[in-house]
Amino acid sequence: MNQVLGDKKAIVTLLAPAMIVYSLVMLVPMVWSLGYTFFDGSVISGFTFSGVDNFVRLFQDARALDALLFTLKYAVVVTVGQVLVGYGISLLYVFFLKHSSALVRTLVFFPVLMPTVAVSLMFGKLFEFTPQNGPVNALLVVVGIAPVDWLGSGDTAFLVIAMMDIWRAMGFYAVLLYAGLVDIPEELLESARLDGAGGWRLVRTMVLPLSLPVLLSAVIFSINGTLKVFDSIYALTSGGPGSSTSPLTLLMYRTSFAYGEYGYGATIALLLTVLSLLVTVAIFRSNRRDITES
Amino acid sequence: MITTLPCRSTRLAGLAGVTVLALSLAACSSGTTDEADGEDTGGSGATDATSFTVLTASDGAVNAWNAILETLAAGECAAEEAALPLEISTQQGATYDQQLQLLAGQDALPNLLVAAGTPALNIELADAGKLLDVGAALEDLGVADAVLPAAATTVTNLYDGNAIALPTEFNIEGIWYNKQILTDNRIDVPTTWVELTDAMATLQAAGVQPISAAGEGADGWGVSRWIGMYLFRTVGPDALAKVASGEASLTDPEYVAAADAISELGTLGYFGASPATVDYVEALEAFVTGKAAFYYMGSWVLGNLNDPEQNPMGEDNVGFMAFPEVEGGTGSASAVAANVGMPMVLSASPYDAEQAAWLKCIAQNYGNVALRDLGIITGFTITEEAEQPALTTLIQDEMASAESSVLWFEALFSPAATLTAQENAGLVAAGQMTGEEFMGLVQDDLG
Repeated sequence: MNQVLGDKKAIVTLLAPAMIVYSLVMLVPMVWSLGYTFFDGSVISGFTFSGVDNFVRLFQDARALDALLFTLKYAVVVTVGQVLVGYGISLLYVFFLKHSSALVRTLVFFPVLMPTVAVSLMFGKLFEFTPQNGPVNALLVVVGIAPVDWLGSGDTAFLVIAMMDIWRAMGFYAVLLYAGLVDIPEELLESARLDGAGGWRLVRTMVLPLSLPVLLSAVIFSINGTLKVFDSIYALTSGGPGSSTSPLTLLMYRTSFAYGEYGYGATIALLLTVLSLLVTVAIFRSNRRDITES
Repeated sequence: MITTLPCRSTRLAGLAGVTVLALSLAACSSGTTDEADGEDTGGSGATDATSFTVLTASDGAVNAWNAILETLAAGECAAEEAALPLEISTQQGATYDQQLQLLAGQDALPNLLVAAGTPALNIELADAGKLLDVGAALEDLGVADAVLPAAATTVTNLYDGNAIALPTEFNIEGIWYNKQILTDNRIDVPTTWVELTDAMATLQAAGVQPISAAGEGADGWGVSRWIGMYLFRTVGPDALAKVASGEASLTDPEYVAAADAISELGTLGYFGASPATVDYVEALEAFVTGKAAFYYMGSWVLGNLNDPEQNPMGEDNVGFMAFPEVEGGTGSASAVAANVGMPMVLSASPYDAEQAAWLKCIAQNYGNVALRDLGIITGFTITEEAEQPALTTLIQDEMASAESSVLWFEALFSPAATLTAQENAGLVAAGQMTGEEFMGLVQDDLG
């Protein structure tokens, strides 16, 4: 085996097919898209070189700034929500439900398997205001509160989107974090209990530090998913009302495919790529530091 | 320092390499598109055609094209159907223009298709040689008289002089009203803006929703039409042509005032509780079920209003009025909003004898079938007498009495400005966006 892996020709032969496929499917379109940022036009009328005009426009575009801020707000709120709720549920699995958590785990995980569009339609109906109240508003009316036009204004629509995406993904993070929690040696927890630690103190001083690596993994998974959110928002609000719930991905999609401005759309895509890269590098660096410290 | 320099040079060289590669790839992509255009216009794929492909748009309640074309294939165009069978696909209305751009980019447009909702996109397709010059093709086939001159003129006005569309609809737009609701509330049919808003106030006080309009997402044109018509009545029939040519701006005070007038109706709740979440079908349902008194819409809605199953309140209960004059404005109520709705266009390639036979048959028979079966008025010459619903006759009379015509709010705007107007109009109707904010957003996209 060492002989084979020591032979450069063998390495090239083994890696080449995968590298070629990866390059064709991933790298070429990415580089192609990068090229579009210097062009203006559409697939119908053809493209003309426009230098850095698209970048200048990006920095002056109030709508792009709004979409960037919405993306960051959504990413922070939903990531915190998904990981915190997931962590809370995983603690429930380990310390409260213990070995009888299989059914609850299955039920909580179920929304992860549901198609995003189906979940969006369901939440649209749950929070319906016109032509008739959905279950949430009907409940509000029963307890004497006026029904809310949830999807009719940006702030409340954001709440519904955040709730939906936290609910949809919490099962995944609960299972991911559960896997990390069950790896904590029972002896360590037992000795902490004998030393008088219990309840919240046990979680804060023992469980949290020991599950930090898996928590960071969960944050990386979540932040990268939320920065690139598209389908759930497109299906629930289409970025509306107006453009109040439009993330960068939706703005990019609209600019390219609805407005036919492929060059500027590619420039927005580049901004999103740089954003994802920066966040990932930042999280990886903090992760590496933590591992070194431990 | 000595060791870092080569490393930086290598990185810079790598970056430069990637940039050069990116530019080459993108430049290649535009080059290939142009080359493909040149080859395709020659039309070599015609001999391989096994069907007459059609693409229509669907908003759920509205799809007359499929029904009429299928009727033609089974009857008047049976010979063409035998030679080249009809194959219809339908795309959701909200994403129709996007689908069209993708198909055009791949030189994969079907033979016959509903035109893009944004006129600017149709002009772009025509300029790129993707669409057939229908006017010239009908001349060649000897059936140029199958299209009404007024409809042909509307098409060329709308598409920058290009006679690219078959007028499968010929519409006027105006305010439809529920006669019973107006009678119950002792309201005469309004003839001025003040009378109209007074009537709305009376209805609102009586617990009746004054206006039904769609304001959700791209369906927001149901509201932007109100802004456009108010502008035509206050500033004049050339109000939006001036904006398109750069002579005027939507942020000029008289333009902002129009959006403010509609926003005020929204603030008063006249568009209902949440117009920003009402789509086209819901708005139509609210009107035909008697939940709202006024409904601004084009005469393409006759297909729904003439059908007892789709119109529970009955066609006798439906009235139609032109958008009223606004006191102090320079526009006249006799200038009706007229358009060819969503007409159909043909792909420039492939276009040979079999496709031409279909075009000829459709031009000669579509209007008759549309009027006979669905009561829809088209821009085709009618050659068969048919009994038609009273509501259709009413609209034909309105068309005959119109002295001039205007387009609609977004008709001359770019795709970006069109979508911005449509997606934000719902907020204006909800009273959540001022006229100044709305007009500013749309003007930003107009540049």
